[in-house]
Amino acid sequence: MIGILDYGMGNLRSVQKALQRVGAEAQTIGRPEAVALCDRVVLPGVGAFADGMAHLRATGMDQAVLDYIATGRPLMGICLGMQLLFGASQEGATEASQPVPGLGVLPGRVVRFEEDQGPGQARLKVPHMGWNRIDWQSGTALFDGLTPGGHVYFVHAYYCQPEHPADTAATTTYGRPFCSAVHRDNIWATQFHPEKSQQVGLRILKNFVERAADRPSDPSTG
Amino acid sequence: MLTHRVIPCLDVNRGRVVKGVNFVDLRDAGDPVEVAAGYDAAGADELVFLDITASHEDRAITYDMVRQVAERCFMPFTVGGGIRTLEDVTKLIQAGAEKVSINTAAIVTPDIVAQTARRFGTCATVVNIDPKRVPIDEALPRMRERYGSGFEPPAVSTGTDTDGNPIECVFEVHTHGGRKPVGVEALTYARQVVELGAGEIILTSMDGDGTKDGYDIEVTKRVADAVDVPVVASGGCGSPAHMVDVLRQTRADAVLAASIFHFGTYSIAQAKRALADAGLPVRLDDGVAVH
Repeated sequence: MIGILDYGMGNLRSVQKALQRVGAEAQTIGRPEAVALCDRVVLPGVGAFADGMAHLRATGMDQAVLDYIATGRPLMGICLGMQLLFGASQEGATEASQPVPGLGVLPGRVVRFEEDQGPGQARLKVPHMGWNRIDWQSGTALFDGLTPGGHVYFVHAYYCQPEHPADTAATTTYGRPFCSAVHRDNIWATQFHPEKSQQVGLRILKNFVERAADRPSDPSTG
Repeated sequence: MLTHRVIPCLDVNRGRVVKGVNFVDLRDAGDPVEVAAGYDAAGADELVFLDITASHEDRAITYDMVRQVAERCFMPFTVGGGIRTLEDVTKLIQAGAEKVSINTAAIVTPDIVAQTARRFGTCATVVNIDPKRVPIDEALPRMRERYGSGFEPPAVSTGTDTDGNPIECVFEVHTHGGRKPVGVEALTYARQVVELGAGEIILTSMDGDGTKDGYDIEVTKRVADAVDVPVVASGGCGSPAHMVDVLRQTRADAVLAASIFHFGTYSIAQAKRALADAGLPVRLDDGVAVH
């Protein structure tokens, strides 16, 4: 069963219906105890990073997610859900030197698009809103069955900067290239909204449902 | 690269599409889910549902409609019309709209924009701005009453008086479908709502609306240059060539149209092909861009 984490950040129905459309049994999960019962978990979310972390903590979901990931079972973050997996975000930080801490599952940080692209460059509109291309960076199962150059729907003002280049599964160019999807072991995440990206998005969700693999257990820890 | 969005606008009344589409194979042209699915298959990038339900009491029907569309259509859509309070916004978002567009309420109580952005993020917060050219002698007193006696309009334009002679005008925001001037200057207001948290502006020129003579390039250019959030050009579209014009000549990100799609004058595919042929980045039906 796929659990969609409900921690009070946005409507989850479209994610649930999209997963059901691709044949998955998907339920929203409101209690941290239920997370351990899932064999796949989706961490969705829209809104502000600091609110997202506060809601995760208030519902006890933060620890439940970390415990779940430690079991090696697959998790997919979407939009804010992707950003929350990282170390920290500029969003909501009172000082640039003190970003708001995230779940810290993936090393890296979350930063805002700069409107000012430098002298002679056109200013960037923020948020980045609309259909943009994903350029694959790794042979991840996220994009199985898709042809290169497909478009997906974005709506965000902040984006992730993974510390390890190998974590980046796809980039998208807005002003300059940024990380639009990550894949590391059992963790998948997209900055775009697959549940709003028509056929391309449904295929990505189907890949998560059918092809995301458990992280191989580490023999040294038994 | 980010593609330009082509957005059909559907008028809905009591949960039924009353102006929106003319697909030949549609069983029920009034069913929002069928219409949305039709536009999805046709390659529309996003939908705007404009709720024209007169009675506020009937809004429960609207929420139900939004719920059904969100559950069955996997594409982005915005819902506007009749939003008065944060509670209205909350109900629409909870029903599954990812963006709400606020019009009159943002003029009367601008704080609703800030509240929506705080609660649901700037990305979900859209403001409709409906400007119209009004002779400066008429509009300026209203604007000075609002902004103070020292107010000078940041942009002037040329309109025509009742005898057809050129006359100096300003862009005054209107409510009630362009009938009621409210003393709000369009560029000043655009900057204000972005400051409050609007993440997108749907700009409907009341001079262009319904004319099919083309988008209002001048006001679109002015507003799109004044803010750093996406601007959707609206009002006046009569052909794909008009879409090309406004996207080439202004910083508008997206184009909205109602009549040309509703009456089947042009298809989404024709519109997008025209954009692609003009060298503008666009997402074609197969999900692969040509530029």
